[in-house]
Amino acid sequence: MKIHVKYFASVRDLMETDAEDLNIATSLSVYELWKQLTVKINAPENILIAVNHKYVGRETKLNDGDEVAYFPPVTGG
Amino acid sequence: MKIEIINEKFDPWQSLVDYKKNDLQNDPRIGASSVFLGTMRDFNEDSDVTGMELQHYPGMTEKYLEDIVNNAIKKYKIIDGLVMHRVGFLEPTDPIVIVATWSEHRDNAFNATRDIMESLKSEAPFWKKESTDKGFRWVQPSNNPDSEPQDTQNEIQ
Repeated sequence: MKIHVKYFASVRDLMETDAEDLNIATSLSVYELWKQLTVKINAPENILIAVNHKYVGRETKLNDGDEVAYFPPVTGG
Repeated sequence: MKIEIINEKFDPWQSLVDYKKNDLQNDPRIGASSVFLGTMRDFNEDSDVTGMELQHYPGMTEKYLEDIVNNAIKKYKIIDGLVMHRVGFLEPTDPIVIVATWSEHRDNAFNATRDIMESLKSEAPFWKKESTDKGFRWVQPSNNPDSEPQDTQNEIQ
């Protein structure tokens, strides 16, 4: 299952990349993937998650071809 | 409706004049125009701020801004709405965001403009990074005295 991952703002700094393509074997929730991606670092808990440009809850399952984005609370305006 | 993400300094007032003339064709139904303009301060959290980088999520940011303005058009029965928002590097006094709405009567325009701005602040994916006398730092929502109490995750799911 191919997943395109994007990071923004402080999460991008933390991950030291703005995007990556992953091949995952099993169906994961967006939060389970986040925990796997950040297993070796001190990851923030107050992140927001979007799939295909829409905010989702942490239990949302990923599907083949999804674009998932992880980022901190927004501060526009 | 106009939604625009801008990567360079712009003149919000000229943009409004142009939009009203060229896109709204000076619609004679308009009895009220309401405008909010956000500009960059040179201080925040007891620090001097000399510059700011604004990041967004191309595609998602525009989608959410469109949804926010469309919701306001329906809710307040306004004639039209506009949001223009800067990204990239900004300096103090630079315009950050302009929100404008047009309606037949003032209450609808006042309320719609405020509603669009508050929704933008809690939902639209933008992030500010300040350059201060103490170095760079990402702005935290709770540091902003204009923000509503943040419970973004619940509001937007």
